[in-house]
Amino acid sequence: MSDEDDLRPLLARAKTDGEWQPLVDAIPFARYLGLSIKIEDGEAICRMKFDPKLVGNYTIPALHGGTLGALLESAAVFVLFHAREAVALPKIINVTIDYLRSARALDTLATATITKQGRRVTAVQAIAWQDDRSRPVAAANAHFLLVD
Amino acid sequence: MSDEAPRPFDRDRAFPIVQSAFRDMVPFNAALGLEVVDIAPGVVVLKLPWRQELVGNPRTGVLHGGAITALLDACGGASVFLKMQKPIPIATLDLRIDYLKPAAPKRDVFARSECYKLGRSVAFVRAIAYQLPDGEGAGSSEPKDGDWVATAAATFMLSTKGDSVMGRASRGEK
Repeated sequence: MSDEDDLRPLLARAKTDGEWQPLVDAIPFARYLGLSIKIEDGEAICRMKFDPKLVGNYTIPALHGGTLGALLESAAVFVLFHAREAVALPKIINVTIDYLRSARALDTLATATITKQGRRVTAVQAIAWQDDRSRPVAAANAHFLLVD
Repeated sequence: MSDEAPRPFDRDRAFPIVQSAFRDMVPFNAALGLEVVDIAPGVVVLKLPWRQELVGNPRTGVLHGGAITALLDACGGASVFLKMQKPIPIATLDLRIDYLKPAAPKRDVFARSECYKLGRSVAFVRAIAYQLPDGEGAGSSEPKDGDWVATAAATFMLSTKGDSVMGRASRGEK
């Protein structure tokens, strides 16, 4: 019995119908963060809808760094689902997050690309922005162990 | 406040101030349910109580990696404040996390962070996320490596703008 049993049918449906939101909604923390996925020009764009609970420093107000880390990791996992044939749930090995600019009280978008797909390890880069994609608020590099 | 000589660390005075600023004044810390468990100079220990909303894998109940990231970021930032004599605003510059093993489901996760170097512009932090066997409480000393779930290194910029929630809390302001 594998860990992926609950997500496999949702993943299969997402790949055939292009309906990715049920897969996102099946993950409690993704729901909690207010995540949604849209495929635009073949790219999976993850949106974290602004909510006051996501704030870190209320005097600015700026989003908590932990929410951006979670968004970037989620975008990285979704690119693995979207781009790969295999349906195994990727296991994260590590992530490095660069906080580039203060993220304000707005929706935040993120997308990821696979930089290297090895036999066992995949390297992914992710980027997050708000109203201007050319001025990202955070970027991340992550490695995943792929268990088929 | 600004011309005082360095004060010795007074844990009993600092603990309620840290608890207050940490949860009441940082919305996402409160939303995650983070609790300050212990403090020491430059050191903070937090608890992230397990709950269903924070789960990544719905079948196993294992917490989402992003919840651990948020725990480590919050813990790291708090430990920088515990290193300062006078609280000033900070912002995370970078955060690197190595995930050693998935957190066991339906169990709390703890994090201990130490700010081991406080420069004039940059603070340097190391942190460990861990779980404990039943019946063991979290203290301020380093956890046994068999209990580690993730390790982290982070840097924080010491800002010159705005106000810090810790500064407000220590002045008794909201």
